[in-house]
This record gives sequence, C-alpha cells and structure tokens, in this order.
Amino acid sequence: MEWYPLFNSLRIAAVSTVIIFFLGILAAYYVAKLPRLVKGVLDVVLTLPLVLPPTVVGYFLLRLLGPRRVLGLWFLEHFDLRLTMVWYAAIFASAVVAFPLMYRTARGAFEAFDPTLAYAAQTLGRSNTWIFWRVRMPYCKQGIIAGTVLSFARALGEYGATSMIAGYTPGKTATISTTVYQLWRTGDDAGAMRWVLVNLAISAVVLLTVNMLEKKDRRPRRRTVSVAGEVGE
Amino acid sequence: MRLSVDIHKDFGPFRLDAAFEADSGAVTGLLGASGCGKSVTLRCIAGIETPDEGHIELDGEVLFDSAAHINLSPQRRRVGYLFQNYALFPNMTVAQNIAAGVRDRARRKETAERLIHTLYLEGNEHKYPRQLSGGQQQRVALARILANEPRALLLDEPFSALDSYLKWQVELELMDLLGKFEGPVLFVTHSRDEVRRLCQQVCVLDQGRSQPMQPVEELFEAPRTLSACLLSGCKNVSRARPLPDGRVEALDWGMTLESGVPLPPNLSHVGIRAHFLRPAEGPGPNRLPCTVERVVDEMFSTVAMLTTPGGGQGFSRLRIELDKAAWAALSNPKELWVELPRERLLLLAGA
Repeated sequence: MEWYPLFNSLRIAAVSTVIIFFLGILAAYYVAKLPRLVKGVLDVVLTLPLVLPPTVVGYFLLRLLGPRRVLGLWFLEHFDLRLTMVWYAAIFASAVVAFPLMYRTARGAFEAFDPTLAYAAQTLGRSNTWIFWRVRMPYCKQGIIAGTVLSFARALGEYGATSMIAGYTPGKTATISTTVYQLWRTGDDAGAMRWVLVNLAISAVVLLTVNMLEKKDRRPRRRTVSVAGEVGE
Repeated sequence: MRLSVDIHKDFGPFRLDAAFEADSGAVTGLLGASGCGKSVTLRCIAGIETPDEGHIELDGEVLFDSAAHINLSPQRRRVGYLFQNYALFPNMTVAQNIAAGVRDRARRKETAERLIHTLYLEGNEHKYPRQLSGGQQQRVALARILANEPRALLLDEPFSALDSYLKWQVELELMDLLGKFEGPVLFVTHSRDEVRRLCQQVCVLDQGRSQPMQPVEELFEAPRTLSACLLSGCKNVSRARPLPDGRVEALDWGMTLESGVPLPPNLSHVGIRAHFLRPAEGPGPNRLPCTVERVVDEMFSTVAMLTTPGGGQGFSRLRIELDKAAWAALSNPKELWVELPRERLLLLAGA
C-alpha cells in the first residue's frame, strides 16, 4: 500500500491548522469587540464557508488563484509559482473550509470570558498584551484547543474544494479523501476500503480528544450566597 | 490625599450625576439601592468606564476631564478596585495572583510573601482561587490590590458574595486593614448596617443622583431626604404638607403633627422610626387612633403593623416596635392610640 496520501493529507491539515489557529483567534478576538452591526455582517462572512458546499468554495478559490486570475497570475509572474494543481493548493481549500470552526469556537470561548478579570488586571497596571496571554488565553484554553482539534479534523477530511483546486495526481496531490474516490471510481473496492478505515480511525481519535477536553471543564465556581434583605427588613 | 469626583453619564432611561469628595484616612460610603449607579461610579473612577462629561481628580492629578480631553488608562490611575466577585485569575495560584499585582519586578517575590503573611494566607500560597473560601478569596484580592500600592481603594459591595455567618469575621478583618490604608477609601453598598459599621461619612445615591455628603451619624439620626431616610432603614414615612400655622399635615396617616421646629423649605415627607412610636392613653397632640393589623414577634421586641385613619395601604400604615414586656402590658389590643413624639419626627425634603 502506497502511504503517500496519508502523508500528504496530514501535511496539508497540519499547515492549514497552524494558519487557522492564528487567523481564527485574531478574528474571534477583534470581532467580539466590534459594534453590533459590523459584528453581525462579519460573522456571516466568516462563517459562510461552513455552510457553503465545498464545491462553491472551490469555485471561488479557482476564480481567485487560477493561473489566469488575479492572484494566480501575479504569483506566476513574480515568483513562478503555480497556486493550483499542486499539493499546497489543497492548503487554501482546507484552510478556508475549516476556518469557521476555529473562529466560532474561539469566539464562543472569548464571549464566555469574564470581563471583570481583564478590568482587574488593567487596574493592576497590566498591559493588554499581558492580559491576553496570561489571563484571557488560559481562561479560554479549552475552547481554543477544541477549536484547533476540530479544524484539524475538518481539514483532514476536506474533499470538494480540494479536488477542484488540487485535483488528483497520484504521488503528488492525492489525499486520503481524493484517493478513496479515485479507487472506488476505478473499481478497486478493497483499496478504497483500506483508506476508509484509516480515515475512520483518525477521525475517531480526534473526536475522542475533543470529548475528553470538554469533560475536563474547569471553570471556577462562583460563590453567590444572597445576603439580601438589608435595605428593607 | 483627596479624591474628587464630578461626573455625568447618560444611559438612555437612566442618568448618572455623581459629585462628591473623599479624603484620606476616612472610609466614605456610597449608599444606594441596587441599580442606582454605585458600581458605575466606581468603574468611572477606575477608568473601566468613561463618563460623558465631568472631572475626576486624585491627589492633585487629573484622571479624567472631558473638557481638557484627559482620560488616563486604568493602568495609569493607580486605583485599587475590589470587585464584587473578587476577579481572581482562576489559572493562577494565590501567590501568582498576588505577584501579578506587584509593579516592581525585582521586589515581586518579597512583596507577595509579605502580603501573604499580613493577610493570614500562609499555607494557601499554592492553592487555586476555587479551592478557597469566600473570605480567603477576598483576602487574596485585597493582597493583590495592596501589592499594587494604590493611591485610593474602591470597594464594590465586598461582602455581597459571602455567607452571612462569614460576613461578621470578614468585616472585622477588613476594618483593621482599612484603618492602616493611607489613601481615600470608597465603599459601595446597599446595606445601611455596613455603612454604619465601616464608614465615617456617606453619600446617598438616589436613581443616579448623588446627595450631599454627610457624617454617618447624621444619616441615621437626622436624614434630610426621603431616599436617605428609607435607606437608613426608617419604615414609617408619609407624604407631608406644611400648614400655615407651622404644623405639618401627614397626608398618608391622616393626621396633623406639631414638630416644634421651623419646617425645611421644600418639605415633602415626614418620617419616624418604629421604636420611637409610643402607645398613648387617648387623644392628644401628635396622637392618632390605629387598628392593630398584625403582630410579629422578633428576637428581642414585638413589632405591630397599624392601620391609620389615612387608610390601610403602603405608606399609610405605621409600624411600631416595643419591648416584649411593654407590648404584653397592653394585653393584645385591637385598637391602639399612638403618639409620634415631636422631637423624634424626621422632616424630609424631596429628592
């Protein structure tokens, strides 16, 4: 069995997860601070890839990155770099498709953050950078790890946009998902089954990880014992 | 050192207009019902919230001035803020939380150790906030603030998150600490008992408007406004109308009262504390016939709710509080004449 598709899939998913990690957190942090209307609009735009068919995402990417399109042409002329039908083209596809998962989970985590913690740190003279890395991120750790793992899983399983922008070239752009389709199409049922099992195993491990992280929720318990009835007896 | 505040902020249906001064060496109470703008006032002073207009000055330094476009960041104000839920960093131990407050990196460890000792936190250095009791959490928060060497302290309902049996102990500890603090201390609360025990002067906030600062004794002995009177715990209040002969008509109680003193110009209400009401033999000045509606046995006294000639609703009822023995001597009356001694009347101006 030729293991190239596994290696290629992992490499694509890993690189796109790194990209998504930073972009997703950045977007979540700043969008949470925006005024309501702008927030609503940006939220729709940033979440759209989650609900669009991956082929639509692939179509947009081709319009942008294709050799005769804006970005594609520019990269080709200046760097002699093709952005489609190469292994790294799949990174764009999986990054765009998986981005909303990171963005939304991170935003949920940031929104659950108790702002008085940030205020307290501010009145103690701590910089906003310190607050972000030492208070906000640790507080939101679980959400952010969960978002990262989910994005990785989604990036690993990307098929639609990937097949449009990277195609299927054995030993070059083949990923697990495109290989399963190719093997099934050519009648190699046993081969397809092997890759299906590999994929199932990876996905199960990823989801188990997410579940374990969610169970280990360690939010502080609030002590709110009422001592009301002081003004009026 | 002096903290002076004069701020305005519009929240749509609610408007905050707070003006007062607080000096070093005294605890200044901000007393008001919930939602009256107490916490917002503190947040404006700390720089977490920005007033629409006004001026905040601490120790001669302007922290905020809308006209001069000065608005120091919370980081640069050096004001200690004790939050209602203490806002301890859940991911840090007690020692790390306190060290986070120390500005001078070189003295971080030493200062944290000193404060752990001063605030009786030894043995808890490596615990996380969620493993501590409410009182301990509050001491950690205080240690973290003191480590920061603030110029003023803002305490936002510091006892509201504590079990009531813990409160007494924590209150005593806090009083000791506040006695040693050199800058002005602002203490926000809705509890008149806390104000009486902890503060020297008090400013009543009524629906976002601050009333003149007064000594704490004055709030309890001679409140000047209706809201101050209600916040000080007085239960018997009636709408009032000055009469040409210098007497006062208590509209809700349906009676006319002699006060024996000149009436304040904008008299709107009259009040009297429950334990100053006296049972009387029969008609006379400042007396009225009541019907006993309900009797409640308290720990050390008996409280009776009385219906006045003014009616049986809301303010028109009177509450009388007597020694258990004194009440027993009346042998469970249905009707009762009550006297409102004129030297005990509280003459109140509208807000």
